[in-house]
Amino acid sequence: MSTLANLWRNLPLKAKIGAALFGFFVLVAIIGPEFSPYDPSYANPDPNLLMGHPSAQHLLGTTQTGQDIFSQMLIGIRLTMELALLVGVIATALSVLVGVTSAFLGGVWDEVLSVVTNVFLVIPALPLLILLLGYLPQKGQWSTIIVLSALGWPWGARVVRAQTLMIRNRDFVAAARESGEKSWRIITLDIIPNEISLIAASFVNTVLYAIGTSVALAFVGLTNLNSWSLGTILYWSQSQQALQLGAWWWFVPPGLAVALIGTSLVLLNTGIDELGSPRLRASRGAAKIAGRRIWPTDPTPVLAQLTAGRGRLAVFLHSFSRGSLLDETPAGGELL
Amino acid sequence: MSPILEISDLSVAYRTQGGDVRAVEQVNLTLNVGEVVGLCGESGSGKSTLAYGATRLLRPPALITSGSVRYRGRRITGGGDPVDLLTMSHRELRKMRWREIAIVFQSAMNALNPVLRVQDQLLDAIQAHLRLPRDEARDKAATLLDLVGISRNRLRSYPHELSGGMRQRVMIAMALAADPEVVIMDEPTTALDVVVQRDILAQIVELKETLGFAILFITHDLSLLLELADRIAVMYAGRLLETGTSDAIMRTPAHPYTRGLLNSFPSLRGARRELAGIPGSPPDLRDPLAGCPFAPRCTHAIAACAEVDMSLAPVTGAAANRAVGTVSANTVSHLTACPIVIPEVSQEGVLS
Repeated sequence: MSTLANLWRNLPLKAKIGAALFGFFVLVAIIGPEFSPYDPSYANPDPNLLMGHPSAQHLLGTTQTGQDIFSQMLIGIRLTMELALLVGVIATALSVLVGVTSAFLGGVWDEVLSVVTNVFLVIPALPLLILLLGYLPQKGQWSTIIVLSALGWPWGARVVRAQTLMIRNRDFVAAARESGEKSWRIITLDIIPNEISLIAASFVNTVLYAIGTSVALAFVGLTNLNSWSLGTILYWSQSQQALQLGAWWWFVPPGLAVALIGTSLVLLNTGIDELGSPRLRASRGAAKIAGRRIWPTDPTPVLAQLTAGRGRLAVFLHSFSRGSLLDETPAGGELL
Repeated sequence: MSPILEISDLSVAYRTQGGDVRAVEQVNLTLNVGEVVGLCGESGSGKSTLAYGATRLLRPPALITSGSVRYRGRRITGGGDPVDLLTMSHRELRKMRWREIAIVFQSAMNALNPVLRVQDQLLDAIQAHLRLPRDEARDKAATLLDLVGISRNRLRSYPHELSGGMRQRVMIAMALAADPEVVIMDEPTTALDVVVQRDILAQIVELKETLGFAILFITHDLSLLLELADRIAVMYAGRLLETGTSDAIMRTPAHPYTRGLLNSFPSLRGARRELAGIPGSPPDLRDPLAGCPFAPRCTHAIAACAEVDMSLAPVTGAAANRAVGTVSANTVSHLTACPIVIPEVSQEGVLS
């Protein structure tokens, strides 16, 4: 628990915001559907509820056929998040598997796996997805997950391969090999832990890619349109001309949700970098000594200069700050 | 001898949340023109902090809390008043660096960029500080390699194609690129085997004789300094405990800590004796230390050690008199902070 608390405290502010935002959407995805007030597919025949404005009964208004958009959102977020996280896990696992194997085994294996990776890399993803999903007999959540995973791993695999190649040649791996460790133990204990931040960043990126692509595919109708995801809500609002009719409550919530999830992932990703390499964190930004900012590229500060140029008022005010407790007068000097 | 770099009263602290770690505390050290001064002490004694603090290369949380570092290089001062490195701006310092004070870094393995050829790295240093035309700079790079005894056709090699000793020589060549007046060498031979170490030290001395720069040589290897340095400063827990000519330090060490160091390696000549380490470990530098920091580990400690003034004073008593006799007039510079005059120093450097 204390390590978790520590981890949180050490996160940069950006990452904290990202994590909080992403956590909120995960929470909605888990418990949201339990709270959905209506069946999202139920078309209320009440004529007042055709394209109805947001109201106390329908927090986000209704669609052209009288369906409750709030309920659609609660269920849609779950489906979209579920898909994105599953694609993230599967594609990242694939990329680690391919990347590490290719780099660690080397030789023919490396050649073959690199060629496969590169082939997958140059396949234009969206047109292929459209083709595949268009021809698949079953257009549903799982087929989308499988297709997205199959196309989402090569970037990660290349990065992991490069990193593994570097770590493989480090002395501690050579030492482990000399001492007779089995390959899988070297991979799981020496290599992968050194790539955790990289893998985490790759995972977050893949999730981001999955959300973007799945929403785009649903938007063009290449999914099971009877299920509710953020993409299908957008699809229906577009096909029913919500934009032209000014029904903002129909397309803004799903659009905003996609944008916010994307933002949270980007924020999270910048934080993972610093978490993974403590050196990056320590050397970043300005230190504050005696109330002055000092950048890492500055020459070593001299206390007398830091305090010299300051007026009486500033010195007086600084004496109240916590930082002043650390200040001391130079030996032989007078008290400020 | 005229001083070129005068460090006086320098204190450097690392400002941490647990309070200031006083890594260097009111140190006075003078480097004369063309002189080799050895700075010696165990790990964490503040020798590197002293050198990098004086040249203002430390990053925050390091903070120089007092002192001055006066530099008297002719090109900068024109023979006039010395300049104080501690009051210089970033820009002024940058002009000083490498042209006046150059540094040979500790690990040549890491200080050379593995993806650039030796030539490009030398050219980098030359062009950053001298602004020579490209072909002249290339000639200069070749001459530099000649200086340190590496064949010119190594210019197009990558660092991994050189041996450890060669890499270290390249580092030295790079430090000499702008013909500096002062070269700071931070354990330049620590990672090398003794034979290569000896070669490189001989090379350094030879270069010093021909080019006339002064060297501040940082190491934890006192035996190496005894051979190389003109003067030696012994550092412990951020303070200087003793300074003196190599001869004085070797024959009549005045501080018990220096004796401890001398006792911890064998001498080639003289009677066989048991090697002795120094028991205990250095103090926590966060606590303000009154008196001699070595007192808790010192077998000769007396009550006065707890509050002795740590400024260095000429060595008095029989030991010093003998030193005056045996060494030179320069022994006046044999200074120590130790309040007690240790008796019986037997012959042949065998110490009690």
